[in-house]
This record gives sequence, structure tokens and C-alpha cells, in this order.
Amino acid sequence: MARWQGQLIKIDDYRWKIPENYKTGMRVPGLIYANQEMLESIREEQTPEQVVNVAFLPGIIGFSFAMPDIHWGYGFPIGGVAAMDIEDGVISPGGVGYDINCGVRLLRTSLSETEVQPRINQLINELFLSVPSGLGSAGKIKISQKEMNQLIVEGAYWAVKRGLGFEEDLDVTEEGGCLAGADPDKISDKAIKRGMPQAGTLGSGNHFLEIQVVKEIFDPHVASIMGITEIGQILVLIHTGSRGFGHQVCTDYLRVMEGAVSKYGIKLPDRQLACAPIKAKEGQDYLAAMACAANYAWVNRQCIAHWVRESFAKIFGKSPAELGMKQIYDVAHNIAKVEEHTTDGRKLKVCVHRKGATRAFPAGHKDVPKSYKEIGQPVLVPGDMGRCSFVAVGTQKAMDESFGSTCHGAGRVLSRGAAKRSMKGRDVVQDLESRGITIKAGSFHSLAEEASQAYKDVTEVIEVVEQAGISKKVAMVVPMGVIKG
Amino acid sequence: MKRAFEIIDHVADVGIIAYGTDARELFSNAALAMFSLITELESVEEKLHLDLEVSSEDRDSLLVEWLNELIYLFDVKHILFNRFDIESLTHNELKATCYGENFDPMKHTIKIGVKAATYHMLRLDKDGDRYKAQIILDI
Repeated sequence: MARWQGQLIKIDDYRWKIPENYKTGMRVPGLIYANQEMLESIREEQTPEQVVNVAFLPGIIGFSFAMPDIHWGYGFPIGGVAAMDIEDGVISPGGVGYDINCGVRLLRTSLSETEVQPRINQLINELFLSVPSGLGSAGKIKISQKEMNQLIVEGAYWAVKRGLGFEEDLDVTEEGGCLAGADPDKISDKAIKRGMPQAGTLGSGNHFLEIQVVKEIFDPHVASIMGITEIGQILVLIHTGSRGFGHQVCTDYLRVMEGAVSKYGIKLPDRQLACAPIKAKEGQDYLAAMACAANYAWVNRQCIAHWVRESFAKIFGKSPAELGMKQIYDVAHNIAKVEEHTTDGRKLKVCVHRKGATRAFPAGHKDVPKSYKEIGQPVLVPGDMGRCSFVAVGTQKAMDESFGSTCHGAGRVLSRGAAKRSMKGRDVVQDLESRGITIKAGSFHSLAEEASQAYKDVTEVIEVVEQAGISKKVAMVVPMGVIKG
Repeated sequence: MKRAFEIIDHVADVGIIAYGTDARELFSNAALAMFSLITELESVEEKLHLDLEVSSEDRDSLLVEWLNELIYLFDVKHILFNRFDIESLTHNELKATCYGENFDPMKHTIKIGVKAATYHMLRLDKDGDRYKAQIILDI
């Protein structure tokens, strides 16, 4: 791909602006959070052009944002954030992505590295057996179509009421694990059929389950409120989304939006940006369908968290409560949400598209759980498999500047093909094992694609959002055991 | 024989370029290319067949819909296909019989999970008397 040659105006060391006059049709400027070094790789992929394309969308307010983990995506870049005025703005499935509510859940334990290390192989094997993963993995929960319709309306609560987890998990899940407005009538039969057998599965691709060790605590007070108290403490990270269900919803609605684009005379620079006015039937229908997929993903992570707790209980011979296995938080990385924000002194209802981006609400915000009111919403930023991950919190600066949004992860730098050519799946296993990380994967094929070399260093990504002030880092964790689909 | 298809690299995902002497062959080769990414085509036997009808707004989106239909069948019914007989093809409708067998974990390796055919960089061209299609798949 040709290098992007457009103009980037330096605002400060971590903010770069694409002026509104770069291309006729842009309604707002672009804003990329990055350091000088990152810009080079960002330019390599034509990704800034995608930031520009998003700026064309009707109703967009402020900026077309890109987080430092930005990489190429369908229509919207991954790492893209765009807020649209709900009065005259549009909603775009491409601004959410195929894997609706792909996200992460973080559990803590009271176990230490020294307690887990001797049993790590046993633990990973047990987790591999109890959490369905891999391509075409079928779930342990068998559900009827009627139950599926309930599941997608109720979200994580559906799992909790079946004994999979605790009510208190819902308190520390974005939206309480249930996005309002979900309507099964807006879901195709195909999506339901794809979703039913895959409920409660980890899936494949970049999805994983990781046993992590706390390596560094940057803010002991904030960390302690999250229950992160010791270096060497064991945490568990679950990274998955809405599987084939979300993909089908996206596919279905891209088609609906194709029709809407011509119906409402919307001019787009890229077909994958297909959208409809938020207030139009097509827009409302998509929001209702997207909510179903978001809820499905929360059920997935809720079920998996339960099986993780069961596995730990089995291996350590203690109950999840005795093992201190509480949920720290669960965030969505791919979602569009109607939220209230203040821009230019005006309170506005906007639809915030976060595609490969995390909500980062500050202390005191009404949507931050009670237990975190004082510190702000936890932000979970997984790195690539085998490097490190970060726990952070949202800030007022994010609220004022980026519609309460921040980065979501590492961001791909190598194509899957290039990653495969540079490394074989078995080499990845050896490399991880040589660094003391136990791994179990469903397929060697997908493993090489997810090698560390294929991703940006998440440490740099988190540094940029911290320096820019849109989140504040709390702790750094490293993997000890990984399960890949 | 001229190549039926090739695989192209893409930053986040993977793409295919399919060729055909006519549009029917093009659609058939695009599907073949996609299943070559999912599994080793040689490992798939013709044990069952399925009649499919797909419709869309135009030729471009018909190709996307056609591949999405096959992805759906693999995801839900776990069928791997290795031959496609396109019986009729208009600018927005397609009728085909697809041959293959049910996925058997003892026999077939799944290389990657293709989750959707996308509109990104979608191109259908006619180069002289040769048809060509480029399509990016979300994996």
C-alpha cells in the first residue's frame, strides 16, 4: 500500500491534526493521538485516509478521532472514534465493526504467582477443557430459539440468572452487561442460527484467555480500589466478542445501509462507511440489532468468567469466593452508544462510535459504577499475546476532548500473511515458553498470525494516551498462561 | 490452464482475486478461493450437494452475498464445499448447486475462520475476455 502523504499538523507531542481543508467534503478535522515514531507506521497503511473518510459522515461533531493503536479497518479505522449528533447525524455499522462488542473482562484473584506457577499447566489444561474455544467451537450451553431471543435482550443477566456468575458482576460491567433497546425482531433468522450454537464460546482469531501476573502498580490507591494490591497477584483476562452472531448482524445491516445511503442521498467516500440517519428507521433498527449483539457478547464473557472461576476452584480446591475471584470490570471495544456530552458549552445527545476504542469516563460520572465513582471507569487495554497489558482509568480530559474515549489495545502492524511468513505457529509456542508463558491453542495456523511481532507495543500506546491525558495508567500485567482459540 | 484464483495479503485480513472466462466461472472460482483459505480443498470429497439461490441489488453486491451465504452454511451447517456449479447468473440473481461434505475434525483441518465477505476494495473487472474479481474477507 502506498504511504499516506497528507498533511498532519502537530498540536503537541501526542496530538496530530488533519485539517478540515485536506479534502472537500470533510465536515470536521481529523485528530490522531500518536507520538512522532508511531506516525511513520500509521502513514504506511493509508490509515489516516480512513480518518479523513469518517470526517465526511453527516452529523459528526468535533473531530474524527484516531487512538494511538489505530490500524486499518473496514470503513472506519480500528482505533477510530466518532460522535454524531443524534438529531442530524448518522449511524454506521462500519463504525462498530463486525465483531460487535468485542471486549475484555478482567477478574482478580487473591492468588500469587508463586502459588499458581507450580500448577499452571494443570490450570491451563483445565481452562482449555472448560472454556469452548477455537474455530467453529460449539458451546456448552444448549439454547432454544426462544431462549436465544431472551438472551439477546437480557444480556449478562441472562447468564447470571442461570447461575453463571453473580449479580455483583453486572455492577462492574459496562451498561450492566445489557444495552437497552435490544429488539429480536430486528435480527435475521440467519444471525439467530449462527448465534445459537456459539453462545458461551471464546472463538478464534485474536480472542484469548490469559492468566496474568501484576508486574507494576503505578497508582497504588486507585489499584487498591480495584482490588489490585500486590505485585505478583494473579488476574485473568477474557477477550472475546459476539462471534458469528455479531458478524451476521453487521453483514445484514451493511446491506440495509447500502439501501439507506441512496434513499437518503448520503455521499460517501467508501462503500464500507454505509450508514443511515440515526433517527431514520434503518438507523433505529441497526441500533436495536446492535444492542442484541452487544448483549450476546456480554453473555459470552459472563459464561466464560464463570467457567474460569470453576476451573480455578477445581485446581486449587477452594471456592471462587475463597480465591477472591471478583470481577474488576468488563468493557466493550466495538460499540456505538447514545450518550450525553458537552461540546462548546452545549449539552448534546450524541451517538459515539467506538471501533477498537474504549469508553473512558471520569470519576464522578453517573455511568461509572458506585465502587469506582471516586477513581473513574476502569479501562482495560490488552496487549498482544505474550507481551503485557494495562489497567487504566478514564479522565475528565477524555470527557472534554475525545467523547470519553481512549485506546483499546496494541494495534496490528503486520498483516496476518506477513506474520505467518515471518514466524510459524510452533515457533510462537517455543518463544512464549522460553519466556515462561504456557500456551494452549486450538490451532497452530492462527497462532502465528497473533505473534507479538504482528502488533505495536502496547506500552507505547498507553504512554501516548497517558501523556495526552485521556486516561491514566494504574497497573501493568504480564501473561503467565494463554489460551488461544 | 490459467490460474483460477490467487490469495492476496491485506493488513488486517486476507483477500482473494478470482478469474473466470465468464461471470459464472468467476463466481465459482471466488467461492473456491475462499474455501481454499478455510481448508485443504483436496481433503474435501463430494458427498452432498445443496441448491442455493442468492439475490442482491447489483453484480458487485451479489458476489459479496454469494460468499456470505457460503460462510453462513459453513458456520451453521458445517459444510465444506469444493465445487460450485453456477446454473444461472443475472446481474442480481444467482442459482447454484454446491458440492462438498460435512466438516469432520478427524479428516479436515480448518486453517482460518472466514467470518464475512466485505465491500472493501471490492472490484469486478473484465480484462479482455477474462473476468476478474477482488474481494477482501474478514477473518
